[in-house]
Amino acid sequence: KEKKKITRELVQTVLARKPKMCSFLEWRDLKIVYKRYASLYFCCAIEDQDNELITLEIIHRYVELLDKYFGSVCELDIIFNFEKAYFILDEFLLGGEVQETSKKNVLKAIEQADLLQESQNEEWGGSSEDIL
Amino acid sequence: MEKNINLRNCQTLNTYVMLTHLRMPAPIRLRELIRTIRTARTQAEEREMIQKECAAIRSSFREEDNTYRCRNVAKLLYMHMLGYPAHFGQLECLKLIASQKFTDKRIGYLGAMLLLDERQDVHLLMTNCIKNDLNHSTQFVQGLALCTLGCMGSSEMCRDLAGEVEKLLKTSNSYLRKKAALCAVHVIRKVPELMEMFLPATKNLLNEKNHGVLHTSVVLLTEMCERSPDMLAHFRKLVPQLVRILKNLIMSGYSPEHDVSGISDPFLQVRILRLLRILGRNDDDSSEAMNDILAQVATNTETSKNVGNAILYETVLTIMDIKSESGLRVLAINILGRFLLNNDKNIRYVALTSLLKTVQTDHNAVQRHRSTIVDCLKDLDVSIKRRAMELSFALVNGNNIRGMMKELLYFLDSCEPEFKADCASGIFLAAEKYAPSKRWHIDTIMRVLTTAGSYVRDDAVPNLIQLITNSVEMHAYTVQRLYKAILGDYSQQPLVQVAAWCIGEYGDLLVSGQCEEEEPIQVTEDEVLDILESVLISNMSTSVTRGYALTAIMKLSTRFTCTVNRIKKVVSIYGSSIDVELQQRAVEYNALFKKYDHMRSALLERMPVMEKVTTNGPTEIVQTNGETEPAPLETKPPPSGPQPTSQANDLLDLLGGNDITPVIPTAPTSKPSSAGGELLDLLGDINLTGAPAAAPAPASVPQISQPPFLLDGLSSQPLFNDIAAGIPSITAYSKNGLKIEFTFERSNTNPSVTVITIQASNSTELDMTDFVFQAAVPKTFQLQLLSPSSSIVPAFNTGTITQVIKVLNPQKQQLRMRIKLTYNHKGSAMQDLAEVNNFPPQSWQ
Repeated sequence: KEKKKITRELVQTVLARKPKMCSFLEWRDLKIVYKRYASLYFCCAIEDQDNELITLEIIHRYVELLDKYFGSVCELDIIFNFEKAYFILDEFLLGGEVQETSKKNVLKAIEQADLLQESQNEEWGGSSEDIL
Repeated sequence: MEKNINLRNCQTLNTYVMLTHLRMPAPIRLRELIRTIRTARTQAEEREMIQKECAAIRSSFREEDNTYRCRNVAKLLYMHMLGYPAHFGQLECLKLIASQKFTDKRIGYLGAMLLLDERQDVHLLMTNCIKNDLNHSTQFVQGLALCTLGCMGSSEMCRDLAGEVEKLLKTSNSYLRKKAALCAVHVIRKVPELMEMFLPATKNLLNEKNHGVLHTSVVLLTEMCERSPDMLAHFRKLVPQLVRILKNLIMSGYSPEHDVSGISDPFLQVRILRLLRILGRNDDDSSEAMNDILAQVATNTETSKNVGNAILYETVLTIMDIKSESGLRVLAINILGRFLLNNDKNIRYVALTSLLKTVQTDHNAVQRHRSTIVDCLKDLDVSIKRRAMELSFALVNGNNIRGMMKELLYFLDSCEPEFKADCASGIFLAAEKYAPSKRWHIDTIMRVLTTAGSYVRDDAVPNLIQLITNSVEMHAYTVQRLYKAILGDYSQQPLVQVAAWCIGEYGDLLVSGQCEEEEPIQVTEDEVLDILESVLISNMSTSVTRGYALTAIMKLSTRFTCTVNRIKKVVSIYGSSIDVELQQRAVEYNALFKKYDHMRSALLERMPVMEKVTTNGPTEIVQTNGETEPAPLETKPPPSGPQPTSQANDLLDLLGGNDITPVIPTAPTSKPSSAGGELLDLLGDINLTGAPAAAPAPASVPQISQPPFLLDGLSSQPLFNDIAAGIPSITAYSKNGLKIEFTFERSNTNPSVTVITIQASNSTELDMTDFVFQAAVPKTFQLQLLSPSSSIVPAFNTGTITQVIKVLNPQKQQLRMRIKLTYNHKGSAMQDLAEVNNFPPQSWQ
């Protein structure tokens, strides 16, 4: 419930920003860094001592990863494959920190994990598309 | 061969499974559900679909269906993302985690991270599964376990599994090693005592070639150094190695794997710079060792894209924080100066933030960029404007006050309402410190009052009044300007309050046309009373303002000659006012006319020049004197003699060694006169005559202008003649339109006491009434809460409630506070509890 409230409040605040404004805003005792891609906003909350500009790069790196994985990612890709978006995020960040700085390595890990999933599902009869 | 047999068995098994489910239709697919939900045209329609599907999922869970469990949980997660409750899936996640299938584990762990947290006891059941999976033969399963633990592991889980994590930190598998490092960071954050056990594993972390491991290792080292001074000392020896790694990154050629816009692994560079900052802080040798590389990064990094600037930014922060040589510091500030001119507003924002941090230590260097900073006041972005404003105030000094004030006043005129209060306060402070002349000072105050009069903070009013009182030669000019200002418009309360007070004090100067500074205006006594009465009647006037007006009218009874009867009439009317405050005043003033007429002229004498207890920090104190009296400088004649005696005695007691005869600023000063002796024994030293208090009060009678802390039980010294400067304020609470800010004051001679002034403001469109602020602190502290200035937080940030908290912290422990707020808002009773944890270190160290 608290999460819902936070999400709602944050969404309202970010959507209220005009295009000419900078990508950072203060919210509670955190800094929010957001970047807009077409109709999607990617928001990231960081602490006082974190570097806002590199956070922008982190957001961009994540979007690049999604783009490579889905092939020209669009909003619908993320909606219909949200669990994969999470899996990719979990290979890029862990506990709020970057775990892998090489785009290639992140994508390789995802690929291999997907393969593992596929091969296991085939063993049991059926593809992963049948499972989920 | 074997594989084929297995497949056949599985197929048979699968068929069997499918047959048993023939009667029950398979649960709808995830993507199908998503598609269906998205066709809903109304919120109600969507809710209906969700409820239907949840019911289906619930019965599916009840049947312990293994095949489709992950599908059902995945759907539940989607619905959870939309905001619907999904708690009934928590146990199912655990079952998925325990499954042998990778798909199940993936969804199960994801579900655990999204649905579970340490508040549900259920999460502890995961511990064993995670333990097993940390030792799984497949690295991706191990990865899932590490990820989940590092994301939402509770302290108990961390304690149980820290050993496993430590093991994996030493593995040669870089895929797992990097995850283990970040998992260790989380463990340390949750259970700091476990930090020691990871120390051995950190030995050759930096020898890795793999960037992922390097990056996470640097993060782990950073975390350890930040938390433990011993670790910090231990890891200082890594500085040369870090410098080498950084150098390689910069000097090495193009590396496609890590390249971002021509820069090699900016993420790693930034993290190394940050670790260097922590290691070099307060340490000359380390700082020297990193000097060259910092200069290199600062000069060689490409600045055309954000990524280069991100590195420069981190470099600047590091240079400013370590013991760098002055050349390097100047280089850093110049980089910030260049940032200010960058087209990218993000860069400008970051520059302003950094300059704000350095303005205290490198003041002159920052001054060079003053004009650029002032230009940023005109920026469109709110955050940039705010920082530019704060920085501008920090840069104001005696040399640039005139020019800066022009810009700041212009800014005050045109800025958003949320800034006006802070800007006004800042202008007052700056004007007070650096005013080139009294006339300029008064003019500046007037300008602020008339342009942003309704945003001026409540505490500014007594400050201004005191200022005006002390500008003796400007009285006539001031009262004339104030009178003219409110003639046109008496809706801005602070302006009206100050004006009313001045008119009450100096009304005689006004009607006698004595102004030297400008053309004196022709005003009659009746006209003056007209305006004061209008203020009294007006619906726009607050109760406080009315109090000022009534008292002003009363004072004029000794300054005016022809209209005393009119004044008497007004006063008697308000004797039956509904407003209790006004009524009391009116009744007392009436008494003054009737029974105590002989004392009237003495009681309503002109206020003498007051000496102010100087503050030298950017924080402002609001001192309430323990009464709910919002206008502490109001003259309030006591209804009977003995009362001021006892008040004065209290003051004497508290002021300890000072052998001054104190004057209670809330009481009028009295002339030793024949009667009313009981009032005057204490005030005998003051030699007041009917003349305006141009004759300064003799030096042996310094009077406290600000109402003193009558209830100061913690220190018997006169408070805050030596204030520790510059403790940053914090926003302690901000929710539902209610914002509470804490400003701090500490005395250098009594550092165990921290005085916190809270200011509560309300940005909603309705007042918050019956506002009560309560606070609690841990047992090692002592707390004293003084009375608040009022119990109403007016809407639209038009005013604040201020209240003073005194905290005794003899053990210099980290300040923490729990606050409870109760108030009425929009017809309902509101209550909230919150914890304040963001006290700046300067407030308690």
